[in-house]
Amino acid sequence: MLKIEGLKVNVEGKEILHGIDLEVPEGKVVTLMGPNGSGKTTLIMTIMGFSGYEVTSGRIIFKGRDITHLPVHERAKMGIGLAFQRPPVIRGVKTRQIVEIAASVRGKEVDPYELAQEVNMEEFLDREVNLGFSGGEMKRSEILQLMAMDPDLLLLDEPESGVDLESIGLLGRAINKILGRNIEPVEGKSIKELKAARKKSALIITHTGHILNYIDADIGYVLIKGRIVCSGNPLEILRTIEKYGYKECERCL
Amino acid sequence: MSVKKIELEKIGIDQEEKERAGSYMQVDSGVLRCTVKQEGVEIYPTREALETLSDAKNYLWNALEKDDSLGDFSNGYFIVVRKGVKPLFPVQACLLIEEEEKQHVHNIIVVEEDAELNVITGCASVPQRGKHIGISEFYVKKGGKLHFTMIHMWGREVEVLPKTAVVVEEGGVFISDYICLHPAAKIKAYPTVYLNGRGATARLQSITVSTPGSYIDLGNRVYLKEAETRAEIISRSVCFGGTIIARGHLIGEYPGVKAHLECKGLLLSDKGVMHAIPELEGRAKDLEMSHEAAVGKIAKEEIEYLMARGLSEDEAVATIVRGFLNVDIIGIPEALKRELDKIIEMSDSAM
Ligand SMILES: Nc1ncnc2c1ncn2[C@@H]1O[C@H](COP(=O)(O)OP(=O)(O)OP(=O)(O)O)[C@@H](O)[C@H]1O
Ligand SMILES: [Mg+2]
Repeated sequence: MLKIEGLKVNVEGKEILHGIDLEVPEGKVVTLMGPNGSGKTTLIMTIMGFSGYEVTSGRIIFKGRDITHLPVHERAKMGIGLAFQRPPVIRGVKTRQIVEIAASVRGKEVDPYELAQEVNMEEFLDREVNLGFSGGEMKRSEILQLMAMDPDLLLLDEPESGVDLESIGLLGRAINKILGRNIEPVEGKSIKELKAARKKSALIITHTGHILNYIDADIGYVLIKGRIVCSGNPLEILRTIEKYGYKECERCL
Repeated sequence: MSVKKIELEKIGIDQEEKERAGSYMQVDSGVLRCTVKQEGVEIYPTREALETLSDAKNYLWNALEKDDSLGDFSNGYFIVVRKGVKPLFPVQACLLIEEEEKQHVHNIIVVEEDAELNVITGCASVPQRGKHIGISEFYVKKGGKLHFTMIHMWGREVEVLPKTAVVVEEGGVFISDYICLHPAAKIKAYPTVYLNGRGATARLQSITVSTPGSYIDLGNRVYLKEAETRAEIISRSVCFGGTIIARGHLIGEYPGVKAHLECKGLLLSDKGVMHAIPELEGRAKDLEMSHEAAVGKIAKEEIEYLMARGLSEDEAVATIVRGFLNVDIIGIPEALKRELDKIIEMSDSAM
């Protein structure tokens, strides 16, 4: 689904990512952990194609196509959906409007109210995007927009930070639904078969791992000072960091 | 005379007058139409009102100081809504320049006690050059309410020099929405509102767009002269070129009055000039007067946020400009909204 090869990225003329290799296979959920300032958001913003993140070497391949120099909206149309760590306020644009926009550019028609109900955002539809939203409300608004986009690759930058425990469950379920993972066994198909049929992927940045109580992650990566230092079982990585901190992760090298 | 050449619905004029309490239409200096469909509403050409109504002259050069230098006016409308009358539909007034070089009108609106009126005035020109001098004096009596919507659509080289004063008595409300999307070469206006009675309020909003070659100097001034008076001035402008000077002036003359001024401008061209001049003048104690002014371009971060939802850069800019102008708060006609959309699409080329 997504393949990153030897990616080096400059921000404001300073190299932040020093050659990243990372893969998000089709149907898999990948976690990315790392200390503050290690470059996680930088990586995700670069995958989305934001200006200010200058790729000096390496490639980003999505669905077999080199998207390293594709404009942001082309990537969105191809099926990459980003939930921002800190989304901006868009004055004069209603949340309902951005939900409709997000759906329509992916060729979908949605009922914003119906979607909003799933993440408790009905009352926010007529408010301006992110204006005066609390931290947790912004996160719910981000997921709401992704529900409308129904992307094939979800980039989630700390989707649970600032979100109360109850709402994390809500978001977890919503994310699983986008991923097509909230599946029950159905007649004629085992859960195993259904799992094998999963197509959608996610790259999730998390500090606490709380979201992993609701979403089963398949692969984990650790990013420190702009370098991937470790990859493996996401829960094992989480437990190691919890117990011994990032020092131990560095030894993974 | 024909008015076909201008699409009147864009300036809020419904030629069928279906949902209108009355109409006034003047082309150059001639009165083309003056009809009333609602009891308690009276509409006259100003010259006629001065001859036939006994008290009409009391309203001439009363809110404004007489200015002889302007010379004689050719006509204009005189609209009265009688005591307690609250028409469901607005009165529409239309002032067009078609052939003459200069149009000079004197408009008067009187809202009597506890009456209400919405007046939509559309001004436009067929030729690209000309001069429009519009003198307006509005009177809102005790408990009355006037909602005045003005839409300007001038040719590229028309000079527009209006002079407006509004007097609001006790408990009266004056709401003004001014929209100018087709910028004239030169507009200079500084309407003044006097809140003369206890609890009188005013809310003035303006939306302006300038393009290369235009010079727009526009402001609103409100005097808060009595207890519990309130005022709010909101101005939004988008500059694709040319010059916009957005002024605002609040004068608080009574203790405890409240007023707010908001001047916001988007500058979308390196060649344009956007100059916000907000003024607050307190002349009594315990006033609450504030202002918010901002001039800038659209933040890249906001454009890219919308692009991450799938909009192209141009579409994202247009969406933000549309949101900035936030025309939804003003009840502008559908046809004008479409016009506004077209203008907003200009932002593509301006970026
Ligand atoms: N515009 C910028 N100008 C200068 N430095 C920047 C800029 N943007 C990011 N950086 C720097 O790049 C580094 C990586 O930042 P990034 O936001 O990617 O970290 P992160 O891993 O997401 O951290 P956190 O866990 O705190 O969200 C930081 O040191 C940050 O200060
Ligand atoms: Mg981050």
